[in-house]
Amino acid sequence: MQYTQEDQDNTSSTPQAGLWGWINKRTGIDAVLRVALYEPIPGGARFAYIFGSGLLFIFISQVITGVFLALYYVPSADHAHTTVAYITKAVTAGSFLRSLHSYGASAMVVVLLLHLSQTYIYGAYKGHRELLWLSGCTLFALILGMAFTGYLLPWDQRAYFATAVGTSAASEVPLIGESIKRMMRGGTEMGTLTISRFFVAHVFLIPAGIFSLVATHVFLFRKAGAAGPTDEDPFVPKQKAELFYPRQVLMDLSLTALLIIALGLLCFLVPVQLGPPANPADAQYIPRPEWYYLPIFQYLKYWHGSLSVVGIMVVPGILVAAIIALPFLDRGAERRPWKRPIAMTSYAFVTLMLFGLALRSQYLDKHDVGVAQQLAKQQAEEKEYMSTPFEPELSSASLAAANVQLADPQAAKGKTIFEDHSCNACHGDGGVGTAAAPALIGESRKHSPEQLQELFAHPTAKMTAGGMPPIDFPPDDVKALIAYVESLK
Amino acid sequence: MCAWRLDSATAPVKTEADGTPIQNRRSFLEVWVVLGSALIGALLAVPLIRFAVFPLLRRTTELKNSPLGPLADFSSLTEPVLRTIQIEQVDGWRKSISEKAVYITKDQQGHLRVLTSVCPHLGCTVPWNKERKLFVCPCHGGTYMPDGTYVSGPALRGMDTLETTVADGQLMVRFQYFRQLVSDKEVVG
Repeated sequence: MQYTQEDQDNTSSTPQAGLWGWINKRTGIDAVLRVALYEPIPGGARFAYIFGSGLLFIFISQVITGVFLALYYVPSADHAHTTVAYITKAVTAGSFLRSLHSYGASAMVVVLLLHLSQTYIYGAYKGHRELLWLSGCTLFALILGMAFTGYLLPWDQRAYFATAVGTSAASEVPLIGESIKRMMRGGTEMGTLTISRFFVAHVFLIPAGIFSLVATHVFLFRKAGAAGPTDEDPFVPKQKAELFYPRQVLMDLSLTALLIIALGLLCFLVPVQLGPPANPADAQYIPRPEWYYLPIFQYLKYWHGSLSVVGIMVVPGILVAAIIALPFLDRGAERRPWKRPIAMTSYAFVTLMLFGLALRSQYLDKHDVGVAQQLAKQQAEEKEYMSTPFEPELSSASLAAANVQLADPQAAKGKTIFEDHSCNACHGDGGVGTAAAPALIGESRKHSPEQLQELFAHPTAKMTAGGMPPIDFPPDDVKALIAYVESLK
Repeated sequence: MCAWRLDSATAPVKTEADGTPIQNRRSFLEVWVVLGSALIGALLAVPLIRFAVFPLLRRTTELKNSPLGPLADFSSLTEPVLRTIQIEQVDGWRKSISEKAVYITKDQQGHLRVLTSVCPHLGCTVPWNKERKLFVCPCHGGTYMPDGTYVSGPALRGMDTLETTVADGQLMVRFQYFRQLVSDKEVVG
């Protein structure tokens, strides 16, 4: 094939001066932008089409706020709650960013449902768009997965118990349910391994899936082309097209601006709360899921005993299968909603069911006096926890040192001797070790009391070389010192 | 500003019914798109930057004053008294509590003075020797007067005095570490 300099220069229509021209010469960014922005939209730009890029915006915002939150967050049962409390109560703009991430998750679900509804009502899944629809369905599942895994990470009462219920629900699946539950929890009970698993899913696995599927989804969308209005032919668009840029971009941006302002105000005025740390022993706590899981939560209440297989597997299974199979089943070119009575009736039915279940759950909680009281109490506890200033976590080294004061008096006496004879100058406070001498913590596992006594009286050559003198204290003091070293674990 | 505007070959200048060139309306929209994106970016960037630089602007590690007891307890000192203070050291979201020994003593004018027990030589804890009426370091034999001044040994200066304050009749001390093996007292850490 003939290849000329002219062909290469055609990637940019006119030679340009300045920085932009310099960059363009090397990247061909003009051509990339032209492809990105000059997507034809049959029938012209509309506000109905803004939800896709709205989702993309919230997703990017979630990624950025998530990365920043990870500056302070530690995924372990010991520290998760403290670090989230630190973010919420101590770090500048921490409460705002955490709220933005948390409300962002809700906003994502809202915009996702709007995007899905628009696609469904407009029949935009028709016309060789099966894979586009499937990638969208998978993204939907992944985003619900993000919401589920992210919810546990603060490790407060609300997070702990909601996830305990959520993971238990999985065990209702016949045959493999129990295994799924254990796999999610990293054991039979919820604990620090559960946090690790949820963290890895939330931060590495699911985002990787979302990134690649978003790319696939956008690629497939561009391949199929914008579907246009409901009276447009989904196979071969006939209406006059308008380019994506600038009017549709501006419309999309207006949704983004609206989302930012709404989320910003919400985060500023009603910041997300953090409850007291998870207390698995609390038998009173009544867990409630986040609003988007309320319909499922309420729905699962209706299925007990032998029928539960139908409720948990069969009905949702049919529903999910129907949603996935939609573009394969509904193959006609008709996209006008009023000409698609079955599709529209099903949509209305499912939507009403979801709203109905969520409202029913709220209604039941309000009208059961015991539940309402406990929920109010839990809310009050959260409020109270939020009103106390941040309290740093006591590091384990200082705990070990402090505990000795309470423990066996012999060890306490040993500690005094240890300090009075400057043992801590080299072995560190609480026997944590310094550059000059090794830690004494855990030594009792290597040496019996008799061996320790022997080492005290006759240090090894290595110990002597390091500056350790033989200990010639009265026998009672040596005993106390041994008791102290024994207590350092 | 927008070098990637559709060029005239693919979008010939058209006019609306009222005669406004579409190209002009387009430029106007482009300004909005760029302004809008910039504003959205800036709105998000401000809290993100404040969040990230928090540890640089705020002291995340600090030492607090520790109480030693009522001032009256030390009015009739005849020799240095040992007190153990708990030092709370905050490091981001965690804190550690360590114990340090200090001596309450009097200087030559009879004013209260608090000495750190850390030897200015190599950092051993210096005990008070009742018989010799001196501080005697067990590690390398440095000796110091009851007020901490240098007597003999390998150290290059006397024992270090700590900053004290009195709050509500309580003697408070601010514990600090000092550089060892130098003749001038110099705070470290």
